[in-house]
Amino acid sequence: MPTTEPTTVKDENAAPDRSTEKNMAPAEGFGALMRWLWTQITSMRTALLLLFLVAVAAIPGSLIPQYSQSSIQVADFKREHPTLDKFYTPLGMYEVFTSPWFSAIYLLLFLSLIGCIVPRIKVYARALRTPPPRLPSRLDRLAESSAGTSELSATEALDAAEQWLREHRFRVLRTEPDAATQGISAERGYLREFGNLLFHVSLVFVLLAVGFNTLTTYKGSTLVVEGQGFSNTITQYDEFYAGALVDSENLPPFSLTLTEFTARFETGEVQRGAAREFRADVKVTANGTTADQVIEVNRPITVQGVNVHLLGHGYAARVTVRDGNGDIAWSGPVIFLPQDGNFGSSGVIKAPDARPERLAFEGWFLPTATVDEKGPRSLFPDAYNPELFLNAWAGAPKQETGAPENVYVLDKTGLKQVSAANGTVVAFRLGVGETFELPDGRGSVTFDRWQRWTKLQFSRAPGLPWAFGSLAAAVLGLCLSLFVRPRRLFIKVRTDEASGRLGVDVGGLDRADARTGLSDDVAALAQAAGLTPPPDEPPADEPSVDETPPDQAQHDLEQNSEQGARP
Amino acid sequence: MTLAELSSLGIVTSAVLYLVAFIAHSGEWAFLRGIGTDEDDLDTRVTSDHTAQRVRSDTWGRLGIGITVIAAAAHLLGVVTRGLAAGRAPWGNMYEFVTAALAFAVVAYLIGVWLFGARWLGIGMTLLLALGNGLAATVFYVAVAPLVPALHSVWFIIHIVAACIAAAAFNIAGIASILHLAKQRAANKAGGEAGLVGFLSRTPSLRAIDTLAYRSVAFGFPVWTFTIAAGSVWAEYAWGRYWGWDPKETWSLVTWVVYAAYLHARATAGWKGRAAAIIAVIGLITFWFNFIGVNLLINGLHSYAGI
Repeated sequence: MPTTEPTTVKDENAAPDRSTEKNMAPAEGFGALMRWLWTQITSMRTALLLLFLVAVAAIPGSLIPQYSQSSIQVADFKREHPTLDKFYTPLGMYEVFTSPWFSAIYLLLFLSLIGCIVPRIKVYARALRTPPPRLPSRLDRLAESSAGTSELSATEALDAAEQWLREHRFRVLRTEPDAATQGISAERGYLREFGNLLFHVSLVFVLLAVGFNTLTTYKGSTLVVEGQGFSNTITQYDEFYAGALVDSENLPPFSLTLTEFTARFETGEVQRGAAREFRADVKVTANGTTADQVIEVNRPITVQGVNVHLLGHGYAARVTVRDGNGDIAWSGPVIFLPQDGNFGSSGVIKAPDARPERLAFEGWFLPTATVDEKGPRSLFPDAYNPELFLNAWAGAPKQETGAPENVYVLDKTGLKQVSAANGTVVAFRLGVGETFELPDGRGSVTFDRWQRWTKLQFSRAPGLPWAFGSLAAAVLGLCLSLFVRPRRLFIKVRTDEASGRLGVDVGGLDRADARTGLSDDVAALAQAAGLTPPPDEPPADEPSVDETPPDQAQHDLEQNSEQGARP
Repeated sequence: MTLAELSSLGIVTSAVLYLVAFIAHSGEWAFLRGIGTDEDDLDTRVTSDHTAQRVRSDTWGRLGIGITVIAAAAHLLGVVTRGLAAGRAPWGNMYEFVTAALAFAVVAYLIGVWLFGARWLGIGMTLLLALGNGLAATVFYVAVAPLVPALHSVWFIIHIVAACIAAAAFNIAGIASILHLAKQRAANKAGGEAGLVGFLSRTPSLRAIDTLAYRSVAFGFPVWTFTIAAGSVWAEYAWGRYWGWDPKETWSLVTWVVYAAYLHARATAGWKGRAAAIIAVIGLITFWFNFIGVNLLINGLHSYAGI
């Protein structure tokens, strides 16, 4: 402890000093080893190391494709970098944020945090009940001090000072009336440590809330074509995730119908083709009532506690397929999945009931179609010239097995690509209303009209209000811990030998990073006690950033390291 | 001239003027080369009189501030007219975000100059401003356009204003920390702070620079925490998930963690000065990488129209 320490006040708020144990080698026995480990984990040095490790460990997750973001990108990466893949797969580099090593780091960090915060809460609780420190022997050695005489009596001066201090929300400790030295110690800024503790405890609660949310959340998505509906049962979802505590068989009952989906794109010179508006008009039926509602990108709706988000959109082609017998084998919307920014979309039309041969078509929906040297492609995301580019497949009828089949992929077993008489593969384009007749009377396909579909996400996240509430508390705590100024002020009265009047000493110090306003407080307190400074001693100026006295600097360092404002 | 053209003119003018201001501040440094503090002149062993150089240096410094004020006016004009031209807050793409964030930074800096005599930050600030606005005007520029639907939200204001304020604070902390490292290096060579000559001897003490850096981070950190929290709330509205390890989100967290480490290191482990300054510089690098690198190098949800 430096000898320049400007005050003899012992800091009662100080956390227990662990530095002496910190570097000790493990003593004998299992208990001692555990204690040593615990000391290591909760030490500041470890916490800092873990913080840096979290930062470093998160980086690969942002640079290497992740399954959670896009499994297609992961597959591409694996194909392009087989050597790297040999190392990445065992290391879990494609799912960094759920990997054991990443989890280990942040769990250790939180363990360290808890290990540090619990003893500090105890210390703080004690400090709250402890009165301000006793008067130091010399006030002129404090960071800011002032001395002079007062016309008031000792009791009057101290009463006035006490009143001022209480008005300024200081905690006050006045000496006993019979004590040799009369004076007041005062302290404020207890909220700083409170804020610090609140911040750290809130972070733990954020983690708990996120964990709770993972167990109780569910999230599913589905594609809904205009005019079609969705009802909230698990079988209607394309993708579905549910936490361990969710009863997936009993989802809140409701249904909705997509009446219209509106998409608008930039048609001006600047950012041509950029999205401008997405809007889903839906009819929602819940509890026996039906209501019209609108879902937009930043405006999800809530039905029966389930949030419905608008996540995407695309095009569906309404087609009619007639078979070789002239019967309608398929009629309805077929969803095409967008593959590029201009919504060139791929899809498959299946007509398994076509006879004598079953039929299937594979190809592209191009909303603003053109054919140039790059082949058929879409020039704009909106449907200005929608066309289908298809080729056809035919084969013997298949036994109905009931096994689920991917509607977006054509299983080509038992199918043969349809060719013309001269052997060239049949490939054709269809505008809206046009029909293509397959060769050899195999049937035909008509592009009746186009429609939009939207991807809706249905989710419940019961832990989220808790997580966001905890986050808000964390930000509040952070502000308190960084902006509240803990300050101690002291005033002492004595009989001035020379003048026979009342001598008054006032002093103060800040207990955190040097803040402005200390000299103002000291001057105001002195004024409250009726102090007139001796003529040869001008009142101290406000210390500016670069004039902070070295004593104060030393004090800050010492106080901070002692107080342990961490983890 | 349309509002949009006026805006572009403002930004380009400011970039050029910031560069001129940087040159002026470089002059301020150059004229003090090898010259010690005022006290050295009083030392009888030092025979030469450096008053002329001091005056010249000071003139260049004042000139630098004057030009910066004019540049800042053009800059603010550019940002405001851009917002008026677009009919929305002017931070919908990278060009706008860089210019808007730097507008916050220059205002913070000029207030610092006015109230606390922070002119010594001038050389770093003007370089940053000239580079930032120059890059924005040449590389990131996109014409005025409306927003994509994902940005139609009140959080567009809250989240990004918070990010801009945090950016201003972190940049000032970063510049102060770089200066701290430079000054300490020079001081070590000169055998102590008292032995320093040139411009570095005129900057505040190492401790005061350190304190400024600390205060900037202490101010920026809660704002940044709020930025991330607000972003998370917004993501829940817009994308239906509060956190998805999108590259931008990941790097925001990395930045947050680095500054958290800075505060911990300073508050508890007593790492003041050099060690803390290094962490602050690392923090600023992660911040800038998140700001620019993630948009340019990595494909994520935060890559909007154009850049």
